[in-house]
Amino acid sequence: MTVFLQNLVNALQWGSFYALIAIGYSMVYSILMLFNFAHGDVFMTGAYIGCGIALLLVGLGSAGILVLPGWLVLVLTLLLAMVVTACLGMFIERVGYRPLRDAPRASAAITGLMIGIILETGNLILLGAQRVKFPALIQPVTYELGGVFVTNQKIMIVIVALGLALALHQFIRRTRWGMAMRAMAFDYAVVPLMGVPINRIAALTFALGSGLAAAAGILFGMAYPVLDPYMGIVFGWKSFVAAILGGRGSILGATLAGFLLGFIEIFVAMVFPSTLRDFIAYSIILLILVFRPYGLFGEPYSVRLRL
Amino acid sequence: MKNVRFFAVLFAVLCLAALPAAGQKTPVLKIGINAEITGDIPKVGEATKYAAQMYVEDVNKAGGIEVGGKKYRLELAIEDNEAKAESAAKAATKLITVDEVIAIVGPQASKQAVPAGEVCNNYKTPMISGWSTNPNTTKDRPYVFRACFLDDFQGPALSIFASQEYKFTKAAVLYDVASDYPKGIAEFFKKDWEKRNGPGSVVAYESFTTKDTDFSSQLTKIINSGADFLFTPQYYNEVPLIVQQAKQLGWKKPILGSDSWASDELVKLCGKDCFGHFFVSHYASAGAKGATKEFIDRYKAKYGSIPDDVAALTWDAIGLIGAAIRNAGKLTGDIKKDREAVRNALAKTKDYPGITGTISFPPGSGDPIKCANIVKINDKGEFEFYKSVCP
Repeated sequence: MTVFLQNLVNALQWGSFYALIAIGYSMVYSILMLFNFAHGDVFMTGAYIGCGIALLLVGLGSAGILVLPGWLVLVLTLLLAMVVTACLGMFIERVGYRPLRDAPRASAAITGLMIGIILETGNLILLGAQRVKFPALIQPVTYELGGVFVTNQKIMIVIVALGLALALHQFIRRTRWGMAMRAMAFDYAVVPLMGVPINRIAALTFALGSGLAAAAGILFGMAYPVLDPYMGIVFGWKSFVAAILGGRGSILGATLAGFLLGFIEIFVAMVFPSTLRDFIAYSIILLILVFRPYGLFGEPYSVRLRL
Repeated sequence: MKNVRFFAVLFAVLCLAALPAAGQKTPVLKIGINAEITGDIPKVGEATKYAAQMYVEDVNKAGGIEVGGKKYRLELAIEDNEAKAESAAKAATKLITVDEVIAIVGPQASKQAVPAGEVCNNYKTPMISGWSTNPNTTKDRPYVFRACFLDDFQGPALSIFASQEYKFTKAAVLYDVASDYPKGIAEFFKKDWEKRNGPGSVVAYESFTTKDTDFSSQLTKIINSGADFLFTPQYYNEVPLIVQQAKQLGWKKPILGSDSWASDELVKLCGKDCFGHFFVSHYASAGAKGATKEFIDRYKAKYGSIPDDVAALTWDAIGLIGAAIRNAGKLTGDIKKDREAVRNALAKTKDYPGITGTISFPPGSGDPIKCANIVKINDKGEFEFYKSVCP
């Protein structure tokens, strides 16, 4: 039982990353009907940007210029990195996707792949191949509850991830921008006639998705403090799986599917030999898709941005 | 003014006359150095050169090397292989045919050592690599040797350490199933451990694949298996993640690793979490004793830096050649016969007291039987020599 509970905790943390990244895939798809394949690398870049900001703030602190407590450094790092990465997302949209909006879908799809490679190799040129350590902003404290070990980091990661997903949900449901996004997802062609600035909405969508990816990157850096330039590739693929599994365009679906993916991976490794983990985990997901081809929350022929 | 010129000329003439005279008094033996002086890994070449030069100076200061009652001065012929496979073969050929060396030290990296070994074996010239761990370097080549242990030996070495030092009986292993090096070592470890402690004594044998970052599920299994310690033959970039996650899941027992842990980066990435754990290494500079410490101190005084594993292994490699020359009986002056004599003496090496461990060559193999050094990551984050483990 304790093993089960321990793995439940493990899975909650692991699923948080998938959920945050999958939301970005899903949002872009619902609005522009394309998958931003650079998203995994945006996550990587976000982690590096966050690492840079954190190191800067920690450096200022130790130099005595701007002494801040660890938690405040973390909050500032999160906010600043999300803003910077959001700008990167908008830049990618402007340079990589907007000129190709009327081009064949395949062209737009490979744009994402190319931007991804540019981000990876750019990072490699800039920082070299050695791994970067993400600074420990809050001292990890381990709590033991009846044989189950939980750290303050794990709790924070799950709370921040769920909080951000919820905040996005509210944003789309309650604000005018959110309404415009829903409208654009509903009918891409008619919406401009109603005076909705689709370019700005597209940019906003990329900004939000990239911001969440940056948050995932920083949380990831807290939990797994060794960053490398290729860390976003497999992670991006798996989150993409979560986005499809959740139902294209569904934010709730992407979030839940992200957690589901984390649970499946962790619990498969619990029951079966760990060598077979991904083999069995993704066979299960294939099976789910066979029975629910539109994903958990998807509907046939609809790409509406649902809540 | 005229006098000054006269004396200068006289001096020069005397010098010229003295040179061959000195040469005649003590004949010279040449040892070739085939090193990665330029290219990707210049530090390796530098360490090789430094250690070899220091050895030759020592020998010559003592009046040379004595073989069959006759003294010989040692001389180095240094060739740069540019850290390229083709250049390494060319360098070996030049050392053998032009410089007529009696034996060659290097190349160090397997990429260069494998092709250079082919050349040396064909020319029947003894070659010894300090650092190359690829089995192919010495495989079916009676003239090629190495001074380091092979990867496969690390598993048994740790298995011996854990049983003897701590009397542990239950082991857990976590390794990357998609990478040859960790997979090989993990398998060798498991085999040896089960031989010692009976079947089923590896209570958790968990794996992951390259690029994985979350090991929580595997570690939860390991922690609940009741293992006495965890063995993880992973690279320095994965070890910090494994160690930290294990700690956060409540693991307080020792973690052991392989020589892939040995990087300055490890402590940078891992910090305090890695302190107190152990790994196998060819050599450790901190906490060294006896001859090893003497070597480190002298090297540091001479070159201003702490010798790395390449320098230490080169020192042993050229030392092995020196010992083999001494034991060759009598040198004839026919370089081909002398090389044969040195190679036979080298192959018979038994219990040579190297600074990286006691070295013997088993019959018909250029791969040494030697003791491994267990290194502890101490409280300052240094790699400290802890114990020598012999098979």
